[in-house]
Amino acid sequence: MKISSKKLWSLSSWTKIHHFIQCRKIVSSRGPSVAIVGSGPAGFYTAQHLLKGHSSLTVDIYEKLPVPFGLVRFGVAPDHPEVKNCINTFTQTAHNERCCFLGNVEVGKDLTVSDLTQAYTAVVLCYGASNDRQLGIPGEMLPNVLSARSFVGWYNGLPENKDLTVNLSCETAVVLGHGNVALDVARILLTPIDILKKTDITEHSLEMLSKSKVKKVLLVGRRGPLQAAFTIKELREMITLPGCRTVIYPEDVQGLDVVVKDLPRPRRRLTELLYTTAVQPPEKHRVAWANATREWILQFLRSPIAIKASTDAQCIESVHFVGDVQEKQIAVATDHTEDVSCGLVLRSIGYTGIPIDDFVPFDTKRGVIQNSGGRVIGCKGLYCSGWISQGPVFVILGAMNDGFATGVRPVSFSDWEKINQAEIQLGKKNDKPREKITSVEEMLHIAAS
Amino acid sequence: MPDGEKVQTKAKVGDNLLDVIIENSVDVDGFGACEGTLACSTCHLIFKQTDFEQLPSPPTDEELDMLDLAFDLHETSRLGCQVIVTKEMEGWEIKVPAGVSDAREPS
Repeated sequence: MKISSKKLWSLSSWTKIHHFIQCRKIVSSRGPSVAIVGSGPAGFYTAQHLLKGHSSLTVDIYEKLPVPFGLVRFGVAPDHPEVKNCINTFTQTAHNERCCFLGNVEVGKDLTVSDLTQAYTAVVLCYGASNDRQLGIPGEMLPNVLSARSFVGWYNGLPENKDLTVNLSCETAVVLGHGNVALDVARILLTPIDILKKTDITEHSLEMLSKSKVKKVLLVGRRGPLQAAFTIKELREMITLPGCRTVIYPEDVQGLDVVVKDLPRPRRRLTELLYTTAVQPPEKHRVAWANATREWILQFLRSPIAIKASTDAQCIESVHFVGDVQEKQIAVATDHTEDVSCGLVLRSIGYTGIPIDDFVPFDTKRGVIQNSGGRVIGCKGLYCSGWISQGPVFVILGAMNDGFATGVRPVSFSDWEKINQAEIQLGKKNDKPREKITSVEEMLHIAAS
Repeated sequence: MPDGEKVQTKAKVGDNLLDVIIENSVDVDGFGACEGTLACSTCHLIFKQTDFEQLPSPPTDEELDMLDLAFDLHETSRLGCQVIVTKEMEGWEIKVPAGVSDAREPS
């Protein structure tokens, strides 16, 4: 076999990668090849778009877990099954003969980004933001001070969070942050167990939640009601949550009825809902709330400055807040302080990305890959939109010797479908859509069966 | 369509406009991600003012909630999955927004 000297440099990378690729239905292609790193919505939509736009292009989707769909599986709340319907479209994309899913292969560990850029026409990094922002305040490391992200991972069956220590024996929980994730975790804590048990929430979490003593959840944000980051659907869901009272203090929304008319429609409707809920909630809500046994309280303009432990330091006792005033877009501290007693704190103040390997220039301050319009700065072919003109790609695919010994066994999409069926079967016992398998070993065992 | 092209299609009375687009394989990127369950805004359509006023039922709060997250939102915007085809709609021109996008993060 003749290989031009120009291509020799890339043999070792391509050998490694070829070791993984067994599932693509067409072996060679004269068209461009693209590696996508991450199989969440960004990865699958990118794949879908590329496959549609170019009739000879092939796409390989790399995923570090044995199972696909990223945050659609591990982030979307279990009581929002309709949001997960996009999985049907992703599954169609995965079945495209020019698409290959490679689960259980971690880029940055099993392969480097540089291996990929040498072997593919283009590499698109879609691995998401896996780190959550910290508060940087005393007491943050105490037991039962959790990141909302890991709490979500815990009830959604993310393998790395399956053994999270969660204690729900307290009556009051504080959620720090005013985004949709904050509302999600508050809602899961307050939703009647009979509703949750019909979802694909993991069984270990369901059991803990069924014994939960949490009756009150405070959602506390640094900024004011006009800066709330959650969306109206999630707010409306909280307001109509069965058996749960919504508390928004009228003084917190004072004056909003005046400014509301000048706001753009989405912010206007959200603000109107906050205002009427606080000041003149409809009769049906007032009747429902009168008999509610649980409640959530939405509070603004408060920054946590410390989380205090009980005297034996075994659990937390309260969060100490300082009041803020909203000045333009920034919350500024006042001299007003208060202590809120609670036994659980969930921090939900945003996510950041992490670098995948040294090859990729990374903006640590913003937690993003340095890029310009999606093109990674200084890295040719990485997030590159000009890849289609880069000439013939590696038609040597079928002829390479398999010289790369590794313990990694990639999980193909049809392997995933075995795991999928096993989960659906497991779920049937409890009348749930599925019971997620949370152990990577077990996933791999089923994949190999 | 976003590229200015006009596509003519049949529509069955009683179907919703998302069904019409799917059943007639009208090619719109990312359309109907949640499959008509009011959980996304990818089937966003823009009507002419006069047509909009003639639509049989006004949008519910839940539809408006999702529309608020749609790209290129107009006062005459609706979600295709919530608009049922009637005889009167024959010959209507309905616009697909410049970008079918779903502003929602998984939550």
